[in-house]
Amino acid sequence: MIRSEILKEIAPILRDHLVVCNIGIPSQELHAIDDQPTNFYMLGTMGLASSIGLGLALAQPKPVIVIDCDGSVLTNLGTLPTIANNVADNYILLIIDNGSYGSTGDQPTYAGKKTSLTKVAEACGCERVVECRAEDTGAVLQDALEARQMTIIVAKCDSGNAKMPVITMDPVVIRDRFMKAVGA
Amino acid sequence: MDINQQIVDDFVANDISFVTTVPCKQLAGVIDEIDARPEIFHIPSNKEDEGMGLCAGAFMGGKRPAIIMQNTAIGVTINTLATLIQYYRMPLPMLISYRGELREPVACQVEMAVHTKALLAQMNIPTYHFHTQSDADELDMILKYTFMCNKPVAILTDANFWGGYGE
Repeated sequence: MIRSEILKEIAPILRDHLVVCNIGIPSQELHAIDDQPTNFYMLGTMGLASSIGLGLALAQPKPVIVIDCDGSVLTNLGTLPTIANNVADNYILLIIDNGSYGSTGDQPTYAGKKTSLTKVAEACGCERVVECRAEDTGAVLQDALEARQMTIIVAKCDSGNAKMPVITMDPVVIRDRFMKAVGA
Repeated sequence: MDINQQIVDDFVANDISFVTTVPCKQLAGVIDEIDARPEIFHIPSNKEDEGMGLCAGAFMGGKRPAIIMQNTAIGVTINTLATLIQYYRMPLPMLISYRGELREPVACQVEMAVHTKALLAQMNIPTYHFHTQSDADELDMILKYTFMCNKPVAILTDANFWGGYGE
């Protein structure tokens, strides 16, 4: 199972929530599968999805789901201690861990080798960390929403990308419609 | 009035309620003052680009954010400023300790100081330089300007502004 198949499966869950989605192919896949005003697509700035989502979760009460990936979390590894030490129970970080840099040609990441992001998150102090198989992502995500407790999910899946068009929406439009959805 | 109190009073008066910091010796007093104010949620970040991500999220969640950092961090935040803060047109006051200026005792700090204003100018970031404490009287206007135009704005505060290093 690859990331786009996970996204297809969890799209009905994501639809009702604020979603901050990682740069590159993950955002392109989510945009093509189920574009929603409640989706904030990152068009640049690799690594900051988890930070943007945490700021959003701390600033307002609605649940926030961040769709991040192993390569991006490794880029901004300092995010995990910040998340652990600033608990927002409306925050879910879903790390789709396919062990590769999907947007740049599937080069392997260290998370696909010796490094366990699950253990890193736990060592950073995150209290609810769930590692799951790709097939179980939807159930684990639903469970995390119902738990109303800050959760880090590491969904292990195969490397690979779906062919999706580049997002051409203007960034200010993405931001504006997202903020209206936040305030709705 | 104490300069740290004055700065944070201006933050509060402009509804800034979410502040992230990466510390600098010169900023210790203002960070303590941020911590003392119940109106402000203070979230330390491990790196300044991470902090800007937090601020972007807080802004979209309805809060007015600010970041407090050292000028050396301009070097690690160029991409974030261009592709997140500026590209999505978000306001971000950046209170920056301007290390490597007059009265600086650490030579290496000068190496980024000589690039600081050039980089900010290259990025078209409105930049203000506080050299004496009376310069801070403009902070309230600078903050209003930042949230009026939805841009990152740099406020450089040098060693002379903070009263030197006890030399």
